[in-house]
Amino acid sequence: MFHIYCPYCCEYREEEEFHVAGQAHIARPLDPDACTDKEWGEFMYFRANPRGIHHELWVHGAGCRKYFNVTRDTQTYEIKEVYKVGEKPSVVADQAK
Amino acid sequence: MTQDLSKQSNRLLEGGRIDRAKPLTFTYNGKQYKGFEGDTLASALLANGVDIVGRSFKYSRPRGIVAAGAEEPNAIMQIGSTEATQIPNVRATQQSLYAGLVASSTNGWPNVDMDLMGLVGKVGGKMMPPGFYYKTFMYPKSMWETYESYIRKAAGLGRAPKENDPDIYDKMNQHCDLLIVGAGPAGLMAALTAARAGARVIIADEQNEFGGSLLSSKETLNGKPAAEWVKDVVQELSGFDDVLMLPNSQVNGYHDHNFLTIQQHCTDQFADRAPNGQIAQRLHRVRAKWVILATGAHERPLVYGNNDIPGCMVANAVSTYINRYGVAPGKDLVLMTSNDNAYRAALDWHDAGRRVVAIVDSRKNPKGTFVEAARERGISILVGSGVIEAHGNKRVTGVSIAPLNDAGDAVVGPIVKMAADTVATSGGWSPVIHLSCHTGSRPVWNDDILGFTPGKTYQKQLTAGAINGAFATKEALSEGASAALDALSNLGLAKSDIELPETEAIVEGKAMALFHLPHTKPTSKAPKQFVDYQNDVTAAGIELACREGFESIEHVKRYTAMGFGTDQGKLGNINGMAIAAKMLKQTIPQTGTTIFRPNYTPVTFGAIAGRDCGELFDPKRYTAMHAWHVERGAKFEDVGQWKRAWYYPKGNETMQEALNRECLATRESVGILDASTLGKIDIQGKDAREFLGRVYTNAWAKLPVGKCRYGLMCGEDGMVFDDGVTSCLAENHFLMTTTTGGAARVLSWLEIYHQTEWPELEVYFTSVTDHWSTMTISGPNSRKLLEKLTDYDVSKENMAFMDWKPMTVAGVPARVFRISFTGELSFEINVQANYGMHVWKALFEQGEEFNLTPYGTETMHILRAEKGFIIAGQDTDGSVHPFDLGMSWAVSMQKPFSFIGKRGMQREDCVRADRKQLVGLKTLDPNVVLPEGAQGVLDPKAPIPMPMVGHVTSSYWSANLKRSVAMGFVKGGLDKMGEKVFYPLADGRVIEAEICSPVFLDPKGERQHV
Amino acid sequence: MSDVKVEAVELAPVDKLVTKQLPAAEIVGESPLHHADLISVAEHGPQEGGVHFHERKLMGLLTLRCLPSAEQQEVIKALLGVALPMQPLTSVTADDSPIGKVSVRWVSPDEWLIIVAGEQAFELETRFFEQLTGHYSLVNISGGTTIFDVSGRHVVDMLKKSTPVDLHGSEFPVGKVVSTVFAKSGAMICRVAEDQFELVVRRSFADYLWLWIQDASREYGLVVHH
Repeated sequence: MFHIYCPYCCEYREEEEFHVAGQAHIARPLDPDACTDKEWGEFMYFRANPRGIHHELWVHGAGCRKYFNVTRDTQTYEIKEVYKVGEKPSVVADQAK
Repeated sequence: MTQDLSKQSNRLLEGGRIDRAKPLTFTYNGKQYKGFEGDTLASALLANGVDIVGRSFKYSRPRGIVAAGAEEPNAIMQIGSTEATQIPNVRATQQSLYAGLVASSTNGWPNVDMDLMGLVGKVGGKMMPPGFYYKTFMYPKSMWETYESYIRKAAGLGRAPKENDPDIYDKMNQHCDLLIVGAGPAGLMAALTAARAGARVIIADEQNEFGGSLLSSKETLNGKPAAEWVKDVVQELSGFDDVLMLPNSQVNGYHDHNFLTIQQHCTDQFADRAPNGQIAQRLHRVRAKWVILATGAHERPLVYGNNDIPGCMVANAVSTYINRYGVAPGKDLVLMTSNDNAYRAALDWHDAGRRVVAIVDSRKNPKGTFVEAARERGISILVGSGVIEAHGNKRVTGVSIAPLNDAGDAVVGPIVKMAADTVATSGGWSPVIHLSCHTGSRPVWNDDILGFTPGKTYQKQLTAGAINGAFATKEALSEGASAALDALSNLGLAKSDIELPETEAIVEGKAMALFHLPHTKPTSKAPKQFVDYQNDVTAAGIELACREGFESIEHVKRYTAMGFGTDQGKLGNINGMAIAAKMLKQTIPQTGTTIFRPNYTPVTFGAIAGRDCGELFDPKRYTAMHAWHVERGAKFEDVGQWKRAWYYPKGNETMQEALNRECLATRESVGILDASTLGKIDIQGKDAREFLGRVYTNAWAKLPVGKCRYGLMCGEDGMVFDDGVTSCLAENHFLMTTTTGGAARVLSWLEIYHQTEWPELEVYFTSVTDHWSTMTISGPNSRKLLEKLTDYDVSKENMAFMDWKPMTVAGVPARVFRISFTGELSFEINVQANYGMHVWKALFEQGEEFNLTPYGTETMHILRAEKGFIIAGQDTDGSVHPFDLGMSWAVSMQKPFSFIGKRGMQREDCVRADRKQLVGLKTLDPNVVLPEGAQGVLDPKAPIPMPMVGHVTSSYWSANLKRSVAMGFVKGGLDKMGEKVFYPLADGRVIEAEICSPVFLDPKGERQHV
Repeated sequence: MSDVKVEAVELAPVDKLVTKQLPAAEIVGESPLHHADLISVAEHGPQEGGVHFHERKLMGLLTLRCLPSAEQQEVIKALLGVALPMQPLTSVTADDSPIGKVSVRWVSPDEWLIIVAGEQAFELETRFFEQLTGHYSLVNISGGTTIFDVSGRHVVDMLKKSTPVDLHGSEFPVGKVVSTVFAKSGAMICRVAEDQFELVVRRSFADYLWLWIQDASREYGLVVHH
């Protein structure tokens, strides 16, 4: 049971208020029609599964209903930071090593 | 059977924290006994001289009480005086005694004193070597059920009640600055320090009183008995508003981010069944900013021959029974120890007026406060020696003692036999690190204390007292205070004034590393030396596992089943690791660490379920007209959490008869459906149209105000996931409808795209599902009915198909949509939900002349199937795109923005000609209704496995068409019109059907346009 | 039918649609707990207990979605009589606003819940659409929502069984509002006094939540008020 800081409500809330929505920073290609089948398949289905630092998209579903990003260590389950959609993470895998 | 109830042969004449003025009668294995308030079931059984509390799992050997706390491996009881209140798996050492308590041993068949399996055990011990699960019970598979029941019965797993538990168990969410686990000296000192600083504190302890080891200690604090200090501290703590004290509360799980679960026994320490209105057990779900684990330590028994005969105990348990419960569990004691600390058991035994036969100390030259105290009392101390074997059958009758070498691993002199009925042993203390392991932290070996202490953690966790190896009271108090000060500092709270109580000066000599005593015979030939009592794992078994090639302790544990009982090997794991390490010629830390998982002790299902049972198990959602449906005798169908009217049987009608009547009435006159559960989303903003164009497959740029349009929603893979009608309310204002089950998902879908992909679009979405009551009147007379309730001109000329108009219906302002899911002339009336019932009833008042017939979801399904309309989720399954559904008319490939699903549905696999496509299915025999889910084949004579071409998705009896109607997928089906497809069924029948258009009724769509 | 003469409403070419949703006063609305007959429960049920319950029914509730510019904030302040609470998880109330008693509760950085008397909702909507320009949405959700007023000396204990939010006074002062999990549904919880909370719940879940609250209050005693 994670304790997650919502960057919009500006306080910690229980995990049961949130849902994870998959890997963060998966941008929809700007011109889908120009994508090959392979490129489109990569966009739709292929996701990282790192041991260590990972960036995830979460939504405060039972609260403000806002999506935001979570940087989490998949080994220790520590949440390293949360940041809003459109922002860049300050903790990334290389730094953490 | 009669016996003297007052006889408590092992009860001391004085002492203990029991209330001798309050005798309690209880039943154990069908016999009545007496104990006192303040007893545990274990102390009361010992007081009554009950030696045997169970039979062992594999060998069926008699077993007695070994310990006095949560670590007890043998005294596993079934509690409960009635069938409904049965609780299995209760440790007698943790069960408070109450009047009328009924307990029985759970292992031991046919009874614990004379066990038929004992014969098997004695004869067949060698037949059950380690790994016997794998070796014996794997084959033949068909015998597994037999084995399982035999093992369960023999293994002491207890049984669940066959009747509903009448008690209430609930859950409570808690938050605190500091959760302190354990209310012994370290925990209490920490709590006091934090409470005085104003912190929000929760302190929980598994026992019925706070105090931990201090309750059974003869030490003094500030010159007074330790228990008095405990009383003062508890008194002070209870005065703080922000301190929650939880006795009888086991902290069972330590989860991520300092989330811990506590099982509080609210009433089952004093009653079989909770008094009316009270909660039996409560699961506290705690989010703690900081945690102090002050969980103490468990004393390790030593491993020696026949160390499982009743009367063999851990040393500290002997002291606890004497000091806390006024029970001496025997007459003549032999104490075997590798450390000073355990001498206290002999001192207490002696001071209780019983005979200490000898203290057997593995060390050559013990000295220290307790050693001196023993000498002062004239107790015989045999140094450099060990108890290598206990004798007896149902109770210890004596021991064999032998001199040991310096390492303690070989017998180096003649054996001496001594008579005794109790053997107390101590190999030192194992810190209770279980909770610290739950979040993945690996404990580290500490050579100074010969035990594992908590390792690096990512939790906001501090530890204090015996868990760190600080076994002395003075150190525990000091660590408790300093851990609390650290926590206060981490929390940014000011420190409090705190003084440590004065403790007695105690000097303890160095302990010796001793786990497994040698025997004159090799381990494999010596009498059984038990490591894990609950799973009957012996030293010989572990050595055999090592010889068979298991090197990792995790593998040894799985092979021998060590630590796999309900006690998770609290007493035995470290001894087992030491034996394996020695066998593998390496150190204990090299052999590995031992990890514990939640829960610390077994948790009742009641506590886990809480109030999420019965009526409260899952929310039931109701529409504003629900009471009417109930009154009308509707049968309900679950759609998500909604309770939707399914059909409305009249009199003795069967379901099919009711459906036939509802279907005919609707097509012949007018029917009405409560469609309030459809998802409804209000969409506002200048970019609303653009947004709709991106999430729907069809075009929205030109939809005029006042018009409605059907749309399909796909995922990026091009597969349909929802559909619905969206209406243009004003230039920049739309109302979207979704399927009942898809409402939440669609709203999230819109939000995630808006928030993460297209935040520049000016649009807002707001759910109005609950705000509007929606009632659909459908059928040729629906206009006439509506005209009776409104002054608005609802003629074809003023209100065409797919128009919506604001009007007043039955005096209530309404939005009426002329859309149809039945293919009939239909009006969907939406009113503010507080007035839904008013309008619904008014429709029935006016509808009598038209035989207005309420219909439910089943008739809705039939009527739409007659028209070939799909239901997303029934005729789609996440693998079909709009072209598969024959709905190319609902896709606009020309839209400038590449809408969601466009690219996906053009992938190579999506444009194959032989994709499964949705078609109508007309059975050759019109009276036969295809079963939904039936798989079609083109050649019913093909050899099995036959190539399958697709399944039936929707199939009904149509009263209107007087034949069956169905839809289903067929590979390349859209190009196979008129061809045959066969459905071989499990019962041997083969149903033949013709592939046809799914529109069975009114193919030109004239009826809905009138 | 036609005891009430109603003029035909026609669609004007407007940006957004506002329609009157309440009928004439003689048609009485049924709140989401209408079937529970709280009038009788209040009359015949216990008069003492640790938890008190009251449905504030048929109120006017509106969802405002907006990232308000300074200019918009000014207009909204004039419309509501109070400034929008811009601080997360805060609320404001006023007894004497242009539309009477009003409570405005923060939901998210671009969402607020506005609570007024039931018959004021349409009036407020109309004024918003007349006076507030720029990007925003205002949606009447009065029919889909109801308000449970819970209070009493054990109200926090009852709530602790129902929601994972920390309700301690230091973390949850009077005026704070959160949207959160409540039992297996959700609620917007606002502390309106030391021992009094308002739960804004969805209509379809109201019966379930009412059952839940009765159950969670049982050990403290539940008093229903009308």
